[in-house]
Amino acid sequence: MKKTILVLLVAIGTMVSAAVGAKDVSLLNVSYDPTRELYKQINNAFAAQWKAQHGDSVTVQMSHGGSGKQARSVVEGLPADVVTLALAYDIDAIADRGLLAKDWQKRLPDNATPYTSTIVFLVRKGNPKGIKDWADLVRPGVQVVTPNPKSSGGARWNFLAAWGYALKQPGGSEDKARAYVKELYKHVPVLDTGARSATNTFAQRGIGDVLIAWENEALLAQRQLGADAVQIVVPSITILAEPPVAVVDSNVDKHGTRSVAQAYVQFLYSPQGQEIAAKNFYRPRSAEVAARYASQFPATHTFTLAELFGDWRQVQAKFFADGAIFDQLGVGS
Amino acid sequence: MRRRVLPGFGLSLGYALVYVGLIVLLPLAALAWKATGIGFHGLLHLLAAPRTLAALRLSVGGAVIAALINAVVGLLVGWVLVRYRFPGRRLFDALVDLPFALPTAVAGIALTTLYAPNGWVGKWLEPLGIKVAYTPLGVFVAMVFVGFPFVVRTLQPVLSSMERDVEEAAESLGAQRWQTFFRVILPMLAPTLLTGFALALARAVGEYGSVIFIAGNIPMRSEIAPLLIVQKLEQFDYAGAAALGVAMLSLSLVLLVLVAVLQRWSNRWAERTA
Repeated sequence: MKKTILVLLVAIGTMVSAAVGAKDVSLLNVSYDPTRELYKQINNAFAAQWKAQHGDSVTVQMSHGGSGKQARSVVEGLPADVVTLALAYDIDAIADRGLLAKDWQKRLPDNATPYTSTIVFLVRKGNPKGIKDWADLVRPGVQVVTPNPKSSGGARWNFLAAWGYALKQPGGSEDKARAYVKELYKHVPVLDTGARSATNTFAQRGIGDVLIAWENEALLAQRQLGADAVQIVVPSITILAEPPVAVVDSNVDKHGTRSVAQAYVQFLYSPQGQEIAAKNFYRPRSAEVAARYASQFPATHTFTLAELFGDWRQVQAKFFADGAIFDQLGVGS
Repeated sequence: MRRRVLPGFGLSLGYALVYVGLIVLLPLAALAWKATGIGFHGLLHLLAAPRTLAALRLSVGGAVIAALINAVVGLLVGWVLVRYRFPGRRLFDALVDLPFALPTAVAGIALTTLYAPNGWVGKWLEPLGIKVAYTPLGVFVAMVFVGFPFVVRTLQPVLSSMERDVEEAAESLGAQRWQTFFRVILPMLAPTLLTGFALALARAVGEYGSVIFIAGNIPMRSEIAPLLIVQKLEQFDYAGAAALGVAMLSLSLVLLVLVAVLQRWSNRWAERTA
């Protein structure tokens, strides 16, 4: 008995000393669903670069899930060093609890979004319903799949893209936008809880004629299903979706990982990071990298959230809070 | 106090109380405490909203009907498994547990794949105008699936301990078959059947994982109450989510108390007929 305890103590001692000697740094990046492939590559590239520059090995652990749920986990104590979520609203919620500075979005270039995406349509092979633009989605007989904006960050971008389209038409107004969006949701047979499950409903279950989706999700779906199964239609105008990143101040200070966490989010803006983003179907901010991937990202008119709607707090209160516009549309009744 | 065969009554009672307190009461207390944040007015407003009512109606109504069906079919399946010997019985018996063993999300995806308009079953129902996946009917199918083993598994031990000679006695005393069933067998089984019913019901009311994939999640039509809770959380509205949770819990409690009352009543019925 005594012997076992002794052996155990020695074993623990060796493990602790080994860990201290090797200077292994570990980061936790809490992200949303469709970034799995992206961050797998980013993490490897970043670890290689950090090792070359500092000699320490960095392991970046990932946690993926719905953006809102991930934000809640961080609020409730998931020790994230870095958060990379679908919308600024979710990081605002973390900042509201004092885990990072309220002006986090000003601390990195481009609204703290190193890559962007847009909202596009995925249609079935040969585009049998002739879908070209937003107006075609509300034609009789067209069924549209989009997740529920109350439970999905991606779906909120979809909603705002549709609203912005209607607003920007000649003679467009708030009332016309409301009427258009109300009509649009009448064409939705299933309101999935998240973006990935909506993609599955459209692609695997054969529901609907059009899927409104993130461009990166649509490109990924197309690659996996084959271009002969589905094709992408880019509408005349759409929203520039900006999924932001931030270092979680109080957690990196606790872990002593601030410098490496900072370098990690900076790396996303580097030529190499931008290249990896583009490869994973996110639109890079760097004009040079964007030029090289021009064929993958067709040009379209985009508007930003700030241009049409203000910030996410305002958007949430106006559109998606309980009793706000989305609830007033009376979807389903 | 009378001497018991095994000692340690005080110690084991203490453990039992602490355990129940930690595992059951503590989370419930936390839930109730969170829910107070919404205030009485907020709660009334939340519960009176047509959308909340529709979701509760679907979750509770669907669960009651699903549990009723499971009670009837479960009785039949339990009877067959206990009373008859046939090839493949053990396999059949093991299959009953499948809904327990399957992760709920897997069950949901499997059911959706089956009943979607392009699925194995859905594709035959679609031309008949029957839509299962993404409708309230789909919610109901998933609820039947998850609740099924409860009735069979609670009934089985009682059925196998039930002496066959009771039925033979009834018959030899001149009872018709239906009389034997309704006046002899059913009264003996009723309390257990109700337990199974209550378990299946409780499971289906709060079921999220398997239902969410097959429900269309359209407000007022195919949106279940647990989804409303998830949506509240998505807006960081902890108090609202907890309040809905308390509301569902209270509804379940009322239902379970009703079942318990029925059970006592059926016990007396069984004694009287015996």
